[in-house]
Amino acid sequence: MRRHVFIASLLATAVLSLGGFVSERMSFAASAQEKPASTAEVKIDNFSFGPAAIKVSVGTTVTWINRDDIPHTVVSTEKVFKSKVLDTDEKFSYTFTKPGEYPYFCSIHPKMTGKVVVQ
Amino acid sequence: MAGNTKDEILHDHNHDGIDRRGFLKCMAWAGTGAFCVMQGGVLKSYSMSRVPEMNPENIRGELSFVQISDSHMGFNKAANPDVAATLKAAVDKINALPAPPKFLLHTGDISHLSKPEEFDGVEQILKSASAKDVFYVPGEHDVLNDDGKQYLERFGKGAQAGGWYSFEKKGVHFVGLVNVMNLKAGGLGTLGREQLQWLEKDVKHLKSSTPIIVFAHIPLWTVYPDWGWGTEDSAQALSYLKKFGSVTVLNGHIHQTMQKVEGNVTFHTACSTAFPQPKPGEAPSPGPMKVPAEQLRSVLGITDVSYVRGQHALGVVDSTLA
Repeated sequence: MRRHVFIASLLATAVLSLGGFVSERMSFAASAQEKPASTAEVKIDNFSFGPAAIKVSVGTTVTWINRDDIPHTVVSTEKVFKSKVLDTDEKFSYTFTKPGEYPYFCSIHPKMTGKVVVQ
Repeated sequence: MAGNTKDEILHDHNHDGIDRRGFLKCMAWAGTGAFCVMQGGVLKSYSMSRVPEMNPENIRGELSFVQISDSHMGFNKAANPDVAATLKAAVDKINALPAPPKFLLHTGDISHLSKPEEFDGVEQILKSASAKDVFYVPGEHDVLNDDGKQYLERFGKGAQAGGWYSFEKKGVHFVGLVNVMNLKAGGLGTLGREQLQWLEKDVKHLKSSTPIIVFAHIPLWTVYPDWGWGTEDSAQALSYLKKFGSVTVLNGHIHQTMQKVEGNVTFHTACSTAFPQPKPGEAPSPGPMKVPAEQLRSVLGITDVSYVRGQHALGVVDSTLA
């Protein structure tokens, strides 16, 4: 008896999740027309992040690429993400799943700062 | 730092050379054409053209050592595709000095990417130097990815846990400081509370007549904050050194020679053995400066420091590799 109840509740959860999934997809499709990018790139060059501040939507993967001839890092000030050292042409990516402001810097050259705003 | 002191900033790349057999053709604090000497806490400066007339004994004391810096072993970009060769050239110059230096100071950025083979490369090349003892402090390139663990294992023996240390040579008190760890967003180099407390204790028992030489990677004076060329809490460190008549601070990091005199303290930065960097603010960023190959060696160098006992004087002689 207990087992049947358990299975039923599992099924219900599955149906609900499926519904949630579909509606999420639909809303994503709707908003995607305004903000098609789910990836974004920040170029590191001349000891700076470009653009220094970017706005992205939730779920966006931001990729930093080091185009400088000196190594740099991408380190979240609030310890949310942290790259290994990036030599010339090396990349680091992070997917932002929660809205908020994410300040970051290069831990080797801390005067280099940037910000990702997730909406 | 004392506010009523005379600030003097001199900077230049030294385009004069030193030949292997000859004595120092070019003598200057920071290669600007001015030779300065601190005597009893007073800094005297002489124009370059007068230096050859001076008694060489005045810059050849009982204790001499060589400062090298910023080898960046592993760097292979256009600014210098062969940093091993230019480090070897620095060693050749050290070995050609008329009086062999007692030891070497390396003021950091030994490696470019903190790789074991990069550290190995530098240690191997320096083995052929006439001076066998090398005292290191880390640069930010030496503590990548592992918070300095590897650096400390290699070079931190006998040092405090954080890598800083002091030692005495012929009555001169040397202090090696670490200002490249735990850097904060938007900030400069940092010494940190623990190190500052140690420094205060370390120098407390010394007589005020003891000459002090402090060496660290990032300048302990604010050269150019926009490029991070300075140390947040260096004023605190220098306040512990106020009682001393002769304090010299030797740094690297900025890949060019520069000098500043403030009260009893003379600050001095050394050239890189690897590649030059632009003068503060004269480029969009402090990235490696690309100079024609034939000029490269004229902007890379070593710093030869002589201590003359009794005069409390340190003569710093910068020479380039050309």
